[in-house]
Amino acid sequence: MSKDTPLPSAEGFEPRIVAFFCNWCTYTASDLAGTSRMQYAPNTRVIRVMCSGRIDPRFVLQTLREGADGVLLGGCRPGDCHYQSGNYKCLRRFKLLKRYLAQMGVENERVRLEWIAASEGDRVQKVTNEMVEQIRKLGHCRLEQIPRPETEPAAETHDLEQVGAGGMI
Amino acid sequence: MIMHRKSPEDQPRIGVYVCHCGVNIAAKVDVEHVRDFAASLPGVVVSRDYKFACSDPGQELIQKDIREHDLNRIVVASCSPQLHERTFRRTCADAGLSPFFFQMANIREHVSWVTVDPGAATTKARALVAAAVRRVARAEALALRQVPVRPEVLVVGGGIAGIHSALTLANAGKKVFLVEREPTIGGHMAQLDKTFPTMDCSACILTPKMSDVKNHPNITMWTYSEVDEVSGFTGNFKVKVRRKARYIKEELCVGCGDCVDACVMKKEKVQVPDEFNVGLSKRKAVYMPFPQATPACMVIDPKQCLQLMKGKCAQTCVDACERAAVDFDQTDEIVEIDVGAIVMATGFRPFDAKRIPEYGYGRFDHVYTTLEVERLVNASGPTGGEVVLRDGTVPKTVGVIHCVGSRDRRHNAYCSKVCCMAALKMAHLVKERTGAEVFDFYVDMRTPSKGYEEFYDQVLSEGVQFIRGRVAEVTDWAMTPEEEGKLVIRVEDTLIGVARRVPVDMVILAVGLEPQVDTAEMQRRFNISCSQEGFFLERHPKLAPVSTFTDGIFLAGACQGPKDIPEVVAQAGAAAAEALALVDRGHVDIEPNTAWIEEEACSGCKTCIPLCPFNAITRDEEKAIAVVNDAMCKGCGTCVAACPSGAAQQNMFTDEQIYEEIEGVLAYV
Repeated sequence: MSKDTPLPSAEGFEPRIVAFFCNWCTYTASDLAGTSRMQYAPNTRVIRVMCSGRIDPRFVLQTLREGADGVLLGGCRPGDCHYQSGNYKCLRRFKLLKRYLAQMGVENERVRLEWIAASEGDRVQKVTNEMVEQIRKLGHCRLEQIPRPETEPAAETHDLEQVGAGGMI
Repeated sequence: MIMHRKSPEDQPRIGVYVCHCGVNIAAKVDVEHVRDFAASLPGVVVSRDYKFACSDPGQELIQKDIREHDLNRIVVASCSPQLHERTFRRTCADAGLSPFFFQMANIREHVSWVTVDPGAATTKARALVAAAVRRVARAEALALRQVPVRPEVLVVGGGIAGIHSALTLANAGKKVFLVEREPTIGGHMAQLDKTFPTMDCSACILTPKMSDVKNHPNITMWTYSEVDEVSGFTGNFKVKVRRKARYIKEELCVGCGDCVDACVMKKEKVQVPDEFNVGLSKRKAVYMPFPQATPACMVIDPKQCLQLMKGKCAQTCVDACERAAVDFDQTDEIVEIDVGAIVMATGFRPFDAKRIPEYGYGRFDHVYTTLEVERLVNASGPTGGEVVLRDGTVPKTVGVIHCVGSRDRRHNAYCSKVCCMAALKMAHLVKERTGAEVFDFYVDMRTPSKGYEEFYDQVLSEGVQFIRGRVAEVTDWAMTPEEEGKLVIRVEDTLIGVARRVPVDMVILAVGLEPQVDTAEMQRRFNISCSQEGFFLERHPKLAPVSTFTDGIFLAGACQGPKDIPEVVAQAGAAAAEALALVDRGHVDIEPNTAWIEEEACSGCKTCIPLCPFNAITRDEEKAIAVVNDAMCKGCGTCVAACPSGAAQQNMFTDEQIYEEIEGVLAYV
């Protein structure tokens, strides 16, 4: 989105954020936030993956396309990955994805990657609240409004641009 | 074994169960509304809410529905899958449904417990249920993978926790490797003089267990050794143990001590502080930590030994040893072992009292920690059991300060649990040995265990004076003639509301328990988690207190949090039992969430091969495609995310399942 497009009114806007959390650290931290009764903004929907290395950049694109206003990715802290290095792979893809998203006009703050250890329930709370605030200011992400090609068969909507193709990403 | 594609007649017939969890969910989430919403979703045949889905009647309800309504997919919206996924999978399996046709929606930890507004909570719960319903429709029947389990167990740490775990396992007939970093097993308990509240002599109850460990046919004890590397997974860990060079042949040394007498470091000023006596005495370069050390074997400190440091020494120890056990050419040895389970029993470290400078530890000679006084009152300690100060005098007045480094937001917010009793023990022992007047400065007296409160009563009746208040300062600045030459404890006596100055000859700091310095490093090496204060994190604080988030690794003792000896032993037994339950079964079930390659789609580009951290992917040169070795794949899915042609897929986390989930959480708002 270019800067001259006026942002939609923030009145009554509740951002929808989809979070992809790794099973071992961030999802567990999210559970810990729950057992510790840490209250935070209700705008996130967590999808569990085994490792942040499983997060295909296309998941992020599809999530925005389906109408989410932000995407939060969570993995183990550097060095703590249950699968040794999945979080580093996630980081590499994330950096490329950010460049791609910028070219599509998606604001930087909409997609965020955080390392949250299993013991850091408070960080789930903090990061979620921060992100909701930031996206509240930005308004809707309008990737959803991009018209879909009519020829596109419904079943293949998943095959967006093949981000992540080639090389060691 | 694995069905990758649904047969066309397999139309989803989904049952949704929205759990109230008593009021845990129902008080926030409108469960009836979520139930009705779920009923409207495509493929849902039955939708119900229930008080406790995990209860027996709850599970029977699900099973009855599976049979009566011919359900082939189940969604339970309740707590975290970490807690009850296994429960409900079993429910499904018992009713003849593949356990992988089950999906959980976490509406407790992720919704009702963290959301203020009931409306928002209900919306969020709806979204998660919708996602689960969409996802489960794409579920595939998979078979649990079974992997054989090695029967050996590794116990890391040879304190009382490790000793008890190792003995329990060895007595059950399992081979145990006990690895201890120090030259002897025994840990902190070996340094204690008496154990509260019964005042048993610590060595008398510990040393028999130490020699049991050494003599047990099923225990391989490696002291002066550390775990360098851990790989593998539950049931099949590969561990590299570094056996540090002790420059003494363990099999030859009998611990006679002739080499110690012969060592050229005769002058005290060239000797080094003795770790076992917490620096209250000196030792030479060749030493045995204490007389009952197990193994009874000397060790040469390479940082002190002239021969090892400079290559120049008369080597009197070599000449003195009749058994020719001294070996300066020894090097570290790496031993590789395979074990099925690991028990972590790495213990704690006492709080460094220097971090509270106002208490004067390290500045004033007569400020001691509890551990130092343990050595002073011990008959084999540096003073032969006499409580004498560093200047050789016997204290007439003694102040014991509680909560040093515990319950103090500047250092550790938590209560170290054992120090109140340790402080009472010190008060009792010092009074008994010296007849000194003892003042005990406590914040709150915490003595909640069998016989502990009675011990407190006993110390009270012995005439120890208890002053309630957190000590502000220990100072040598005398304000009255009586305070000259004494240490003055400044404290607000909160029971009488008066600021007091109490002059004493000796101060004992009841230091708290902290995680070992290298806990973070150990956490990485063993791939387990730490809680915020830095102790190892248990899987569940109530229901899995000795398990970790890494299957096959269990926790025993103070590495999980401050504990006294009875608790440590109980936990060590529990950890041993859990480890035994794993290795005795002979096999483990592993989630079938492995990756696989769709042959027709694979272009053989090799993108995935170097990404796999477990080298599970190879290239079939003949077909020019990638192949995943199912046994080596750990199911991270990193290759799947990278495959440019969508040929790599992960069971239980296929692209289509995740896309369904994405669409599900966003579709119905």
